[in-house]
Amino acid sequence: MNRIGIDIGSTAAKAVVMDDAGTLLYSVVMPTGFNGVEAAHRLAEDLGGRGYDTNELPCVATGYGRISVPYADKTITEITCHGLGAVYLFHSDGLVIDVGGQDTKAILLQDGKVKKFIMNDKCAAGTGKFLEVIADRMGVTQEELADLASQGEHTPISSMCTVFAESEVISLVGRGEPRENIANGVIESVVGRVASLVASMQANQVFLTGGLCENDYVIKRLSHHLGCPVTTAPSARFAGAIGAALSAINPV
Amino acid sequence: MAEAIDRHGLWADLGMDLETHDVLCSVLPQAFGDVYLSQENRPEGMAFWDMVVADVHGIRPQELVDAQAQGQKVFGTFCTYVPDEVVIACNGIVTGLCGGSQFWVPEGEKYLPADMCPLIKASLGARFGKTCPFFRIVDQIVGETTCDGKKKMYEIMAEDVPMHIMQLPQMKRPQDFKAYAEEIALFAKNVEEVTGVTLTEENLAAAIKTINERRKALARVYETRKNPDVIPISGTDALLMMQIAFFDDPVRCAQMANQLADELEQRLVDGVSVFPAGTKRILITGTPMAIPNWKLHHIVETSGAAIVCEENCTGTKFFTNLVDESQTSFEGMFQALADRYMQIHCACFTPNKARIDEVLQLAKDYHVDGVINTNLKFCTTFKTEAPALEKALEEAGIPVLDIETDYTDNDAEQLRTRVGAFVEMLG
Repeated sequence: MNRIGIDIGSTAAKAVVMDDAGTLLYSVVMPTGFNGVEAAHRLAEDLGGRGYDTNELPCVATGYGRISVPYADKTITEITCHGLGAVYLFHSDGLVIDVGGQDTKAILLQDGKVKKFIMNDKCAAGTGKFLEVIADRMGVTQEELADLASQGEHTPISSMCTVFAESEVISLVGRGEPRENIANGVIESVVGRVASLVASMQANQVFLTGGLCENDYVIKRLSHHLGCPVTTAPSARFAGAIGAALSAINPV
Repeated sequence: MAEAIDRHGLWADLGMDLETHDVLCSVLPQAFGDVYLSQENRPEGMAFWDMVVADVHGIRPQELVDAQAQGQKVFGTFCTYVPDEVVIACNGIVTGLCGGSQFWVPEGEKYLPADMCPLIKASLGARFGKTCPFFRIVDQIVGETTCDGKKKMYEIMAEDVPMHIMQLPQMKRPQDFKAYAEEIALFAKNVEEVTGVTLTEENLAAAIKTINERRKALARVYETRKNPDVIPISGTDALLMMQIAFFDDPVRCAQMANQLADELEQRLVDGVSVFPAGTKRILITGTPMAIPNWKLHHIVETSGAAIVCEENCTGTKFFTNLVDESQTSFEGMFQALADRYMQIHCACFTPNKARIDEVLQLAKDYHVDGVINTNLKFCTTFKTEAPALEKALEEAGIPVLDIETDYTDNDAEQLRTRVGAFVEMLG
């Protein structure tokens, strides 16, 4: 029987469908928007249109909006799901870093299970939210921000607080600093925060999941800061949803 | 619950800010109901603490005011290092003070840096905001040189209320144990002055026995939580007993704790557990949880795990180790007191490896599946020793989760995710 994994993140809502053999049949991502329940309904409609009935198939929800999925049979935290999803995607133990819209997590995998994890404190420094706020302020998309950064020279952004960093960026703009340099500083700030968050976790290889995994420049800089290879996979932004689907083995 | 007695007359006499205090009184019953009364199969013995907390700013404050009318003096304390025995011996009363709610923090931030621990900010806020009856009642406050934040806060508070500060050593060499005995002797002089009662070998020996009895009674309750199969009381309930122990008359506290222990021991015989078999057992260690801070306990115990031990000042630190009762001279008794209190392993000491050893031992004794190490935001000492503690636990094969939080509710969902993931990891 097919099964469904739903991951309602703070920024993006993801769903995957998997068959009994663990083959990924379908995946979809859409903005979470204001209301998690509404995002869950939109995912259900999309899945229904493809012939996957959320009320019929076993379904597990994860992510910060996991309690907003009325058709889920159970909920599991995104830490466990990202761990399971990473094992599925990368077939190996290692350190999973997920830079999410609201928080950043690092999950150490051992024998295919979560051995230890860390999340950033209740502050947006070193998260996707930080990039989102600054990209908005500079009038570019996050992808454009990374492109600009790759062409710029490093300009330190010293504020760790997103709100203060935004003011710092405004004053850099006022000073006439090239956009490329500011973008470079912003990416370095996020990557540096992520690297210090995971400093206490030793691993030979790092897997990047979550929204930032499609950003090559970020991956390159993260690898530089951590001093080890950073791997990602085409479906890595669905890691949480994949982990949820893997947990939905037994129909209710 | 019995019909509430209107305490506004008492609070007005104490010079409290009634309007602001009413706001606090209006939210507490809801918070208590959500956290406590939603639990199932609670021990009947908890009825006493439920009654106290339902009238937390009335029932005990009224007793204290009545005692003052009879000439007794009330000492407010913040810390488990302050020896209650000396005060009790001189017919004084010791009470805890307010400091466990976000309600008092904004008032404290008018006088203190925002990046200071919420316990310190709330304490000063409760005193200066006139929204805590205990802070209004006290004849004197006893501070102590534990962390830097408290030391400096006491300087500000001392402008408003009589204050005696005890110099607590920060190391545990032989000369430090001796120094603390001398410090207790100095405190005894202060207590004699405030109470007008002379300390004698007899009244001090009697007080040592009284406080030891309280320790034994609380320890009996904790002993029942070591049972690997039956969890006779939730951590949330045990925490309430400990929190109120700071405020209650020590003899009554011992009596009530012993009654509760009788019931819990029977529950072990009958196999009555408040959690399903196989529920993961958690030990909490770290900074104190002053009433009404039930935040982390509530999150953990509604996320599929049970708390079976608190290694903190509102837990084992309050009652572990008895004072030697065989001493008969002042010198001997002061040293016996110092020897007991100096065995509390607070992060303000250096080095503080004994705390790590204590946590490892408790983890074994209480058969825990995991440890949650928690500190109040901006508590430098506890935060800084966290990695050493976590390393030792990991080496012992005990999973550990580190949580830094404060009294606000805005991180509750993030904490729920972390705690939930930790419990899933243990599973």
